[in-house]
Amino acid sequence: MDFFYFLAAFLLVNRLNKSLKFSPLQLKWKSLLRFSQWGIIVVYILCACYFDTTVNTFLGSALLLGIVIFIYRESDFETFKPLIYAHYPLIAVGFIIGITRLAVPDFVDDHENYFELSVVATFIWIFGRWATSKKQQEEIRLFGERNAELDILVAQRTEELTRQKNELEKTLDQLQTTQQQLIQSEKLASLGELTAGIAHEIQNPLNFVNNFSEVSIELIEEMEQELKEGNTEEVVAIVEDIKQNLEKIRHHGMRADGIVKGMLQHSRASSGQKEPVDINSLADEYFRLAYHGLRAKDKSFNSELVMNFDDQIPPVKAIPQDIGRVLLNLFTNAFYATQQKAKTANVDYKPTVEVSTKLIGNKSVEIKVKDNGTGIPDNIKDKILQPFFTTKPTGEGTGLGLSLSYDIVVKGHGGKIDIDSKEGEYTTFIITLPV
Amino acid sequence: MKILVVDDEADVEPLFIQRFRKEIKSHEIEFDFALSGEAALEYLRGKHSEVVLILSDINMPGMSGIDLLSKIRHDYNVPPPVVMMITAYGDDENRRQAMENGANDFLTKPLDFNFLKEKLKTLII
Repeated sequence: MDFFYFLAAFLLVNRLNKSLKFSPLQLKWKSLLRFSQWGIIVVYILCACYFDTTVNTFLGSALLLGIVIFIYRESDFETFKPLIYAHYPLIAVGFIIGITRLAVPDFVDDHENYFELSVVATFIWIFGRWATSKKQQEEIRLFGERNAELDILVAQRTEELTRQKNELEKTLDQLQTTQQQLIQSEKLASLGELTAGIAHEIQNPLNFVNNFSEVSIELIEEMEQELKEGNTEEVVAIVEDIKQNLEKIRHHGMRADGIVKGMLQHSRASSGQKEPVDINSLADEYFRLAYHGLRAKDKSFNSELVMNFDDQIPPVKAIPQDIGRVLLNLFTNAFYATQQKAKTANVDYKPTVEVSTKLIGNKSVEIKVKDNGTGIPDNIKDKILQPFFTTKPTGEGTGLGLSLSYDIVVKGHGGKIDIDSKEGEYTTFIITLPV
Repeated sequence: MKILVVDDEADVEPLFIQRFRKEIKSHEIEFDFALSGEAALEYLRGKHSEVVLILSDINMPGMSGIDLLSKIRHDYNVPPPVVMMITAYGDDENRRQAMENGANDFLTKPLDFNFLKEKLKTLII
């Protein structure tokens, strides 16, 4: 029965050799393993020829133990440890049988079958373990493959997500650029509304400047004449007139200057800086500009302009360009509403747009813009502040005016916009700004 | 000759007075001023018989020059005053409307005062 120990040792080495195939460790161990296999065969033949069963049992068990210990200690064979454990019963049985043979040879001879059976059983045990461990390894390998597949999948998904994220970021970037462009084009559109009004508003003071300076030249010529004649009284009167004219020239020059500055301020990108703003004069300026702007486009249009300004209003901390745009937008809308109504209303209809300001409890300023135009139908009241919503024909309105106004008043200035309207009768926009 | 000038710009008054100071001095022409169409009608209610010529701006807030013109033509036929319309928008539409409503003449801003004086001379004769 000592044959089994050598066979087990031979098979163990053989298995190691096979397992290392295709692995980088093969080169290192191949020759040693081959040598051991042959060594085991030679040792077995020698043992079988020269020694008896008892010695062979010890030698076989010791050989197997030696190989097992060697493999156990070698880190290269870490993965074979479960296989190593399977050999312990056979080794133990070998030593027990050997010792028993030495101590009580008769007992062993009497129970030969049992001892043989235990050797065969422990030998079979090894192969049982091998088979299960092989299955386990197969499963581990499968798990490994699945893991690798999952890793690949995760990597693919991650890549896809990253790509989508980048695309979204790019899209967001484009959207933000487009938004800026839209705001800019809305500004330009409102500047377009203003242009005619501005031209008209500048033309008037310029006419005065030209006329008063022409008249002053005439007056000076006249004064020279009077001086020659020694008519002092007349000269004094003319000097008074010239002085008054120069004041008028200056006044109208300043007026044109203010309009141009306002226009530049309107088209310029907002500095974003809040400064004390005289709401009344801002409202007055944009009210006229909006009116003349519409008037220049539609010559037949006319409207009553009513201004009720509360002169108790303190300067309001605001961005003047932005609030100017809001006002311009509200005025333009109001005039547009009356203009639309005038097209269908009877002759008695008098288009009227009213702007009024009021100080409320020293804390906030209210700007009210009221028109007796077409009004806002109930079903679109909640939509008018949405971006791109417009009731104007395509190409006439950007649909951004009120939505930008809302942003400016509510988000930019911590104020609010209230709307009151009755279809076919009136619309009132009330802007409240904190002082 | 009495002329009523209707314009929402207050400085029109000193301008006309200086431009026509010789004529005013020699009592050839007398000026009155109204700042709106409504004020002009108010003025005419009392003194329409004295006024020979009305010079009115078209583009005024509230009652426009065209409205004023049609009211004048409607209410003050005897004697019919001469009405000249003045506007910064010297376009055909304005001119057509002015003429349709019975304007005697149509002038564009900036006013050429020498040209206006020539026109007035023909009226005085």
